[in-house]
Amino acid sequence: MNRGTWLLGRLAQIVPTFVLIGLLTFVLARLLPGDPISAVLGDHASDATVARLTAQMGLDQPIPIQFLHFMQGVMSGHLGDSIAYRIPVTQLIGERLPVTLALTAMSMVIAVALAIPLAFIAAIEADRWPDLLIRGVFQVGLSTPIFYVALLLLTVFAAWLGLFPVGGYGDGMMEHLWHLFLPACTLAFSFAAVLMRSLRGAILAVLTAEFVDFARSKGIRRRIILMRHVLRNALIATVSLIGLNVGSLLGGAVITESVFAVPGVGRLMVDSIFARDYPVIQALTLALAVLVSLAFLITDIVQMTLDPRVAR
Amino acid sequence: MSLEVENLRVLFDTPRGKVWAVDGVDLTVGPGEVVGLVGESGSGKSVTLRAIAKLLHAHATTTGRVSWRGRDLLTMPEPELEAIRGGQIGMVFQEPMAALNPVLSIGLQIDEVLVAHTDLDAKARRARALELLDHVGIAAGATRLGQYAHEFSGGMRQRAMIAIALAANPALLLADEPTTALDVTIQDQILRLLLRLKDELGMALLLVTHDLGVVAQTCDRVAVMYAGRICETGTVRDVFRHPHHAYTAALLQAMPSDQASTTRLVPIPGMAPRLSHPAEGCAFAPRCAEVLDRCTTERPALITQGSRTAACFARATQ
Amino acid sequence: MGLRTKLPLILGCVLLGVMIAFAVAPDVFSPMDPLAFDYDALLAPPSAAHWFGTDQFGRDMLSRTISASRIDLQIAIFAMAGPLLIGSLIGLLVGWFGGVADAVFGRLADLVVTFPFLVLVIAIVAVLGPGLINMYIAVALVGWVVYAKLMRGEVRVQRSLDYVAAGRVLGYSTSRVLFRHVLPNAVRSVLVYAVTDMALAILLGSSLGYLGLGAQPPEAEWGVLIADGKNFFDTAPWISLAPGVAIVAAGLGFSLVGDGLASLLDVKR
Repeated sequence: MNRGTWLLGRLAQIVPTFVLIGLLTFVLARLLPGDPISAVLGDHASDATVARLTAQMGLDQPIPIQFLHFMQGVMSGHLGDSIAYRIPVTQLIGERLPVTLALTAMSMVIAVALAIPLAFIAAIEADRWPDLLIRGVFQVGLSTPIFYVALLLLTVFAAWLGLFPVGGYGDGMMEHLWHLFLPACTLAFSFAAVLMRSLRGAILAVLTAEFVDFARSKGIRRRIILMRHVLRNALIATVSLIGLNVGSLLGGAVITESVFAVPGVGRLMVDSIFARDYPVIQALTLALAVLVSLAFLITDIVQMTLDPRVAR
Repeated sequence: MSLEVENLRVLFDTPRGKVWAVDGVDLTVGPGEVVGLVGESGSGKSVTLRAIAKLLHAHATTTGRVSWRGRDLLTMPEPELEAIRGGQIGMVFQEPMAALNPVLSIGLQIDEVLVAHTDLDAKARRARALELLDHVGIAAGATRLGQYAHEFSGGMRQRAMIAIALAANPALLLADEPTTALDVTIQDQILRLLLRLKDELGMALLLVTHDLGVVAQTCDRVAVMYAGRICETGTVRDVFRHPHHAYTAALLQAMPSDQASTTRLVPIPGMAPRLSHPAEGCAFAPRCAEVLDRCTTERPALITQGSRTAACFARATQ
Repeated sequence: MGLRTKLPLILGCVLLGVMIAFAVAPDVFSPMDPLAFDYDALLAPPSAAHWFGTDQFGRDMLSRTISASRIDLQIAIFAMAGPLLIGSLIGLLVGWFGGVADAVFGRLADLVVTFPFLVLVIAIVAVLGPGLINMYIAVALVGWVVYAKLMRGEVRVQRSLDYVAAGRVLGYSTSRVLFRHVLPNAVRSVLVYAVTDMALAILLGSSLGYLGLGAQPPEAEWGVLIADGKNFFDTAPWISLAPGVAIVAAGLGFSLVGDGLASLLDVKR
């Protein structure tokens, strides 16, 4: 199997995945005991209003037909209107999603930039004090909830030192970056901890690999051995971890955006719950799952380019 | 002598305690000479080879002297050592699949040696890499350079590793069981290749093996190792005809030879020891058929006799 | 195993011991009544009288935090137990019987991981309504997959071992082999994971509490306490200090004990 065929096969897998994501979202919405009509209208709506909304949302149809309508809507981008904002859900999400994507991407960059050098130091100094210190700090990091990290950063760097805004998103590219910096650091902290832990283990394993000894026997410089022979092999192991953690980053964005009042889809999700904005919650759940499966796809492709052993 | 090893000791600090892997090894390799370092697994022969190239990791303590062209590799600063490794002393490992980096192309793994040890530009380095592949008998070099270890067969991988080790024209090649991981038919090809390259390039070869047949086929001189110590050294002809150490004699009797149909093979009883402390007498004494009283209490010294050395009380009196 | 490798485990046990003691007998450890208003000490910074300061009603933050231990310990247990029970049972069955059920499970497991855990939990809580019970249901609905995968893997390994084959040759019934022999061996690594999972449960529970989707006031829960004081984050940041430290200590306790047990029992992660 050559790489082109592999790629086509991998791309084809995404179709059934999307259908199944749609099915699961649909099933969740229909099977759970909550009643979407009373969720929208409250308990005191008139029968006529209930009937009208039921028909409008297609809830009077048989379940399989409802699912087909739902998938048809997904395909054509019609996911209904937001009850709170009274605009199409797709438009609402389209406005908010770039903010969350920027936040997630920024935190990924920060996390990787933190994790790689620290993992190297920890692995090379294994079981000596720099390693114990780095692991200790990140162990505490893994035990600190995201909202608390967010509050600490907010208090110290925004409220006390005044280096960053307390919240919001600002206008224009530079202001966006400035506003997103603390939220991105918040998200990056726990992610860096996960990455560091795995990368350290991978580097430790690679450092004792036979091919590293062979590389040393060739008399090439230590820096080249570390960057070319060790890091590359360790990164292959870590790339899949980055992909697998896109989901928890997006989950973390829900909390971070709430604390920093960042107008992304995470905050929209929480707001929608309290506003009982049912269509938005359903569409967001769907959209984020699709996003994660796309991240898995990208991860596989990156891994293929890094590792010649995949799909020869 | 280009390589002189004096009183080399390696102590491993393992979770289960200390292990004396190499316990006072003396060894020399002259220019253009092929020396076999032979012993059972666990005798410390591979550790000796890695200690010579200073490749052992932090949990190993190495003492003694490894003199290369008059300078001690063990105390040499890292940058100078890097110039000698790969440049003057090349090394071939036992398992090419493990020793070649799985995610770097063979071309890059040759090229980085040339970058480190020559002044060639990119074009000349590529020409040299192609020449090397041709030298070790890998056809279609231009394609092969862009391929990875998993795309090579076992024998081809070993040839590629030899090409990498020889890239900078070293004067000494350290080979750690270079044929053990290969099929029998391919073993022979690789040995012939090593000997041919040795002649063409005029380099010396220190060959670690557990296979006396390989030694007989390829080496000028042989050093026999047991439990971290050298038992005896000498020309292959002398040592194989008249072993001066009881262990060598036992080893030869356990080896099938051309007269295998007429002579009975005699296995050596027991197992090679794992040394948590250096043996008081001769390390082989517990398994030795010729053991004397003093063998268990007194350590036999390596005695020179003409072109040979041996450390055995039982055979010294013969 | 030397003292140095045991030290994290011991530290974890101490942290958990303190948490359990607080949860069992909060009145013994609280310096004062966690609900008593003190209008002379509104938003008072840490002092000898109030080690971790007071909130906007003058309530002692240390006492409030100690009294909240009970709910958070309950979260750690229940948010772990639901997924553990459901997941282990399903994993045991699909691992043992294989076939179509196993294939369907594999597909479902792949599907569930494409939904961000927190987003799916929040979406389910959104449908069911905020509150602790609904949070437990949501976590069970999403979290069982991890346990099922773990259990399934263990069962498949155990199944291929000799003693299981021997049991079958001896004519033991499937359920006897399954519950007497396979389960006890497989359960060890699942239980070790469960301890680590309790750390995640604490983080999840306090996060949902903070967002207003988990424990509902007046239920005292660390995340809720922090949310109560969040409007004073610049003027009275100490409000969040005691509950924050408590969450970190509890999370650290569970994950240290989990890691320690894993290396003590030689369970691969």
